[in-house]
Amino acid sequence: MPDFLQFCVSGLTVGAVYALVALGFTIIYNASDVVNFAQGEFVMIGGMTTVFITAAGVPLHFAIPAAILAAMVIGLLLHRLAIEPARGASAVTLIIITIGASIFLRGGAQIVFDKQFHSLPAFSGDTPVMIGGAAVLPQSFWVLGGAAVIVALLWFFFNRTLLGKAVLATAANRLAARLVGINTSFVVGFSFVLSAAIGAIAGILVAPITLTSYDIGALLALKGFAAAMLGGMGNPLGAIVGGLAVGLLEALGAGYISSTYKDAIAFIVILAVLFVLPGGFFGRASTERV
Amino acid sequence: MSILKVEEIGIAFGGVKAVDNVSFSVEAGTVFSIIGPNGAGKTTLFNLVSGVYRPRRGRVILQGEDVTGLEPNRLARCGLSRTFQNLQVFFRMTALENVMVGRHLKERRGLLAHLLALPSTARQNRESAEIARQLLERVGLAEYAETPASAMPYGALKRLEIARALAAEPQVLLLDEPAAGCNPVETEEIETLIRRIADEGMTVVLVEHDMKLVMRISDRVHVLEQGQTLTEGRADEVRANPKVIEAYLGTHGTREASLALG
Amino acid sequence: MRALLAHRLAAPVAIALIVVALAFVLPSNFYLRVAALVWISALAVIGLNLLMGFAGQVSLGHAGFFGLGAYAVAVLPAQFSLHPLLALLAGALVCGLIAFVVGRPILRLKGHYLAVATLGFGILIAMAIANESWLTGGPDGMPVSRLTLFGWRVRGASTWYWITGALLVLGAWLAVNLVASPTGRALRALHDSEVAARVAGVDVAHYKLIVFVISAVYASVAGSALALVNGFVTPDSANFIHSIELVTMVVLGGMGSVFGSLVGAAILVVLPQVLTTFHDYEHLLLGLMMMVIMIVLRSGIVPSLAALIRRTRP
Repeated sequence: MPDFLQFCVSGLTVGAVYALVALGFTIIYNASDVVNFAQGEFVMIGGMTTVFITAAGVPLHFAIPAAILAAMVIGLLLHRLAIEPARGASAVTLIIITIGASIFLRGGAQIVFDKQFHSLPAFSGDTPVMIGGAAVLPQSFWVLGGAAVIVALLWFFFNRTLLGKAVLATAANRLAARLVGINTSFVVGFSFVLSAAIGAIAGILVAPITLTSYDIGALLALKGFAAAMLGGMGNPLGAIVGGLAVGLLEALGAGYISSTYKDAIAFIVILAVLFVLPGGFFGRASTERV
Repeated sequence: MSILKVEEIGIAFGGVKAVDNVSFSVEAGTVFSIIGPNGAGKTTLFNLVSGVYRPRRGRVILQGEDVTGLEPNRLARCGLSRTFQNLQVFFRMTALENVMVGRHLKERRGLLAHLLALPSTARQNRESAEIARQLLERVGLAEYAETPASAMPYGALKRLEIARALAAEPQVLLLDEPAAGCNPVETEEIETLIRRIADEGMTVVLVEHDMKLVMRISDRVHVLEQGQTLTEGRADEVRANPKVIEAYLGTHGTREASLALG
Repeated sequence: MRALLAHRLAAPVAIALIVVALAFVLPSNFYLRVAALVWISALAVIGLNLLMGFAGQVSLGHAGFFGLGAYAVAVLPAQFSLHPLLALLAGALVCGLIAFVVGRPILRLKGHYLAVATLGFGILIAMAIANESWLTGGPDGMPVSRLTLFGWRVRGASTWYWITGALLVLGAWLAVNLVASPTGRALRALHDSEVAARVAGVDVAHYKLIVFVISAVYASVAGSALALVNGFVTPDSANFIHSIELVTMVVLGGMGSVFGSLVGAAILVVLPQVLTTFHDYEHLLLGLMMMVIMIVLRSGIVPSLAALIRRTRP
């Protein structure tokens, strides 16, 4: 039982990061139909920038906002310089552009930063808290709590603010949104900035636990994408559930079955779910209109 | 003899009965039209009959066989083909290739022969192209044969769909608004085409908004309103039916209704 | 008709001419080796292009088949003393069978769901290869015994250049034949409109499965060829990064263009070799070039340039 709890805690912690990456995918996908494979690089930028700014002697509470801001600027540049010029291109062309962006950002990071693994000091120390026989790192609470706060803020933003509703309107029907006077190009750019911020926060929160380096983005994008699809593409709730589910599956699979095949176990479950529910957990069953 | 029979068919989307308890029977070699105001469920009915949707209830009987819920490609084998209201053209292919796809079931389909480009494949391609060319000529699109479908005008694409459907040599042909968006000349051409198709013994089921066309061409007319059957009869009977006039007055306005039905 | 025939064979003929011409131009064995790598990648990309560009079905797991083909010529001769050529055929057969079995449920998925399912499938194969060290040598890979044909040991960059070049031309020829056949028309039709293809009688699930199997066999043969040329295999050949590379080659060169498959493969194989001279800036430049090419030539290099030429010369 303590084992089980232990696996669950570590699974949920990693899952929360996947959930935030999947949420970033979802926000951009809904606003623009772009599947942004550079989403993992925002996580990397958040963690690495914080590491290097603090290493230069800046206190953590200044370094963190600066790193988030850096990721947001890069998100905006990505949209303005790479996505906007290719507007109207096919979905697969846009995906390759984001893969190019991902390689570009990785290449940039290895020049600006370095190729080493880095860690941040835990925000509230390293003394584990014992819960039901499981040792929980304080940083896990930061990750889970941070993810919960982000989700709550996003909920408020999308349901209670005009800009949030403009994003939702753009997601529902771009042409109609434009007709009622919404600047959809701004909305899409904004969704990139928002996703970048979410990714960066995830990267900062988890850096003390999982280490960070210039090339962690690809695997995170992969897992986040899988999580988003497991939940049902375009559904924010699905992204969160999918992310947590992938994290849990990995941890339980590694704990009980085989640590070398932990990724395999997650993907076997994803395949099984998609065979039964071809639209993921929360995907709408689509009826072909002809 | 009735070649296509629909019995008490129905489907609902999210609790809304799009088509509810509709029955009709089509005699071989006739033109059977389904009309009704917008949103009456005409296209949904077509989707049910052609296997695109699976009906929640009721049966579809084609040439005496129960084909309810069969996939469209199985129905194609049973001799049913259709066109689409919202164009479903193969835009990356030429007009000729579009029609050649219609020959699919008549083509020899040995994969190895195709990979190795054996003489039999070349012969098959020539044969399909020849028939496709004749069909393009028949619908008046011969000049477009080598044009990519994406570069063709709307009215031409409507006729391209008819040519593709004809290429399968179906016994029953469902045409979903073949004249929508066409100018009067094109509409007249389509009317002549449908007439000729029926004269050759093919059964045509038609959904169409152009009432003049419907009234001139149809042997029988089935009227839908809000997913249900309003009435059915010969064109002149339907035209004189006060319920039909009312249904159209409600949605189309006096002038159009009197023009269309009078 | 003559024009049509010329049109169909344009790509394989052009590729054959390039293979022959380059043989006289390339100055050293190093270049011949790089060219052989291009031919091998292009072969896999043509297969993937049949699936993606013509039939419109994405696969982010094709490196899995590539890896299986590579390990077939490594493992089977070592464990069962099978002749490498038979091992290549066995690998292709196994990949075809696997594709046939997993294809039906996977290909029911559409769009991004199909992408993630194939991704997962490819990762499963890659993990099996990397972790079953008793059979595959694990993460370090394993050596591949030399190919011997009728007592003649196949070796040397120029020999492999011609063998892989011939394989590529053969692959291109089979692909254009398929595209111009009734099967090819059915595949292109279901890409544009599944429902219209079904109404025309096309058994969509069946045809998706056929092209999935064919593309898996292409990838497997290419993987076997790479293993034989290198004399060594590593799990990287089955890695999901390699899958994404293959997809990128398809899109970069041009979806639905057989000649584009060669162009896309050439760029992604040669460019990193060139960029190594820029050391640390290698990834930066590679990513930048990918973005610029796709923004400027958004339908892929070959189709975009072809359209450009058509427009300027009416």
